[in-house]
Amino acid sequence: MCGTCGCDEIGKTVVLEQQVLAKNDHLAGHNRTWLRERSILAVNLMSSPGSGKTTLLERAIADLRDDLPLGVIEGDQATPLDADRIRATGCPAVQLNTGAGCHLDAGMLAGALRELDPAPDSMVFVENVGNLVCPALFDLGEDHRAVVMSVTEGEDKPLKYPHMFRTADVVLLNKVDLLPYLDFDPGRFRTQLRQVNPAAEVLAVSATRGDGLAGWYTWLGRRRRAFADTVRVAR
Amino acid sequence: MHELAITQSIVDAVTERFDDTTVSSVRLEIGRLSGVVADAVRFCFDLVAEGTTVAGARLDIDEPMGRARCGDCGSEFELDYPILLCRCGSASVEVLAGNELRILSVEVA
Repeated sequence: MCGTCGCDEIGKTVVLEQQVLAKNDHLAGHNRTWLRERSILAVNLMSSPGSGKTTLLERAIADLRDDLPLGVIEGDQATPLDADRIRATGCPAVQLNTGAGCHLDAGMLAGALRELDPAPDSMVFVENVGNLVCPALFDLGEDHRAVVMSVTEGEDKPLKYPHMFRTADVVLLNKVDLLPYLDFDPGRFRTQLRQVNPAAEVLAVSATRGDGLAGWYTWLGRRRRAFADTVRVAR
Repeated sequence: MHELAITQSIVDAVTERFDDTTVSSVRLEIGRLSGVVADAVRFCFDLVAEGTTVAGARLDIDEPMGRARCGDCGSEFELDYPILLCRCGSASVEVLAGNELRILSVEVA
């Protein structure tokens, strides 16, 4: 017997036409509503491990703390190390450990948002599990997706990991202070990125030296104003 | 290996609906641009289905090609990898199909 309506669906084909990620997308929708009700802008930061996501966040917290309340949700397979680094700056942070899991999903984020309890009108950064493949598929309810790529990873990454780069609103090309020591052509990188995502903005930055961070903060500020307008109109 | 989580979602969705009926087959649609590897789902399926009403079910997967339209020259073309480039050189390409990730139907015993 069918578990939904009790009808007698025995020995036959039942058409479902159901989205596989329907449950995750449903929960992501709830997260989006929860965030909008509090006028909180959420940015999902994704990259391979070691691209500099946490360092970028530490810098942003230090540079923006007087203008903008921030909160951070950290995703890693194991250890509270990244949340510890964020908390050491004075910024509230919640650590999610996925164990064998390779990505965050909307259900995990729902719990973490309630634990973080970010202030209304603040901004929440979600640092996804370091992985250029799996996180791309899972909507968390974020407003924007930022992909971080460091120049040491090589300029061909957008073509090798197209699903990740395809979903990005902005790509932060990090560690540009190392360019003099590398055979990395930023122009070639931009060309390859355009082949999978013609719309994404590219911001060249160095989280350790500070290059280009003003442009990143301008990008965030613009998105925050546009988001505030949308929330105001919806009310 | 997000296919393990994806396969878990598939089995959960089917067992939620058919919680006391044996499911004999499941048909999926996994588009070539969806970012999900059909073979990896096949690999995970029996493992995830074990102990549920889906255990032992046959798994059929349709894998439709991607289809896109060029915003500059207007031509439509097939693709099986998300490199959004038209033969005319334009990157202004709209994806029309290939992102499907659906449970199409199930057969109950």
